[in-house]
Amino acid sequence: MIIYLLCFILFLVGLYGVISKRNLIKIIISIAIMEYSINLFFILIGYVEGGTAPIITKGFENAKFVDPLPQAMILTSIVIGLATTALLLAVAIRIYQKYGTFDINKIKDLKG
Amino acid sequence: MELYLIIILILMILGSIYSLNASDLLSAVISYGIVGFGLVIAFLLLQAPDLAIVQVVIEVVTLVIMIAAIKNTQSKIPKMEFKPKIAIYYAITLMVALIFVLIFDRVTGCLSQFGADTMRMAQPYIDGAADTKSANLVTGVVLDFRAYDTLGEATVLFTAVIGVLTILRIKGKKDK
Amino acid sequence: MKGMTFIVKKITQIICPIIFMFGLYIIVHGHLSPGGGFAGGVIMAGAFILQILANGKILPKLRKEEEGLEFMESAAILGFLILAGLGLLISGGVVFFANFLDKGELGKLISGGFIPIENIVIGAEVCAAIATIFIAMVVYKDEEKK
Repeated sequence: MIIYLLCFILFLVGLYGVISKRNLIKIIISIAIMEYSINLFFILIGYVEGGTAPIITKGFENAKFVDPLPQAMILTSIVIGLATTALLLAVAIRIYQKYGTFDINKIKDLKG
Repeated sequence: MELYLIIILILMILGSIYSLNASDLLSAVISYGIVGFGLVIAFLLLQAPDLAIVQVVIEVVTLVIMIAAIKNTQSKIPKMEFKPKIAIYYAITLMVALIFVLIFDRVTGCLSQFGADTMRMAQPYIDGAADTKSANLVTGVVLDFRAYDTLGEATVLFTAVIGVLTILRIKGKKDK
Repeated sequence: MKGMTFIVKKITQIICPIIFMFGLYIIVHGHLSPGGGFAGGVIMAGAFILQILANGKILPKLRKEEEGLEFMESAAILGFLILAGLGLLISGGVVFFANFLDKGELGKLISGGFIPIENIVIGAEVCAAIATIFIAMVVYKDEEKK
């Protein structure tokens, strides 16, 4: 159980960053950290004590395997994570070019 | 095994906290790499080699893209001018975190112990290798049982790429 | 972005085909060993990124490459959809992603019906997507509004 708890604390660190940091790049980093902790939590749920990787090789046809379903879901999720991070970074780049800063408070003052 | 995982997770938490408090954007990005590469080792320990391969390459590409984004920007972060009352600030943060942790503990109480046998849902997918004839069970799940999910994933990836191009390309393609 | 020195360019020239072949290997053996379309596609995109980092920003060439990659990505998604539709047709309108090819024997290179073909399509899609993102970051970052 302590391992689930540590995983959740990693998520909370990301949440803290999203709420309290004012630099756009740091907010993006915190979002990515939250995403990683969710990925890790899925794999932790799928783990079985003494299981091997879910690949059938000769001589191990009836071995005990870990759960392949969470691994399959997270496999797609990791690649999507890179694409969404790149999308957020593109927005951040454009904002920097327009206002000359990554600080969201200053951007709020400069607007309007 | 569980001890190694706990050590790596603590390292990841420390790395993420340092990354959020760094005074320089470049060091923030690089210490964010600790979290990703720690995740690779955790995947290897948890018997997920597919994910480890993908994660290690994705992490490198993410770092390269982030550094390309913050290159040539003024990367020093000025100190906060607004100083909150420190004690109250930390007390509120800790209290909210504690409430979240308690809720999480209640919610995950219904899950079985870490590493216990949770194979009721997994058994059809593992036996399914006889149907799909794919020795790698993860590939069998991704591309046969749940190929519809993969189609959705491909669509999301396409949408994200189109979004990046739309935001970054101001001029648009000129008609010749 | 300027290119690197002569040594780096030469080493890149030698190493890039090897990385590319490794990505292809991982994609083709995706149903036998760890890996598959996602991992192999990202590795192939890594070969592209190495080329760009070493050789610097040659704008006209990169723009042309980006158009080709966009075409490749769209074609890959279309191919995936066509595979799904073929399964629907051949199975008689019952299953969307029906595995209609001969399954073969477990553990052989040619086995698993159309799983290897799907792997190749997904690999092309992921490779094109990530390379496009990187090229867009490099090419269009400094473009200013007129």
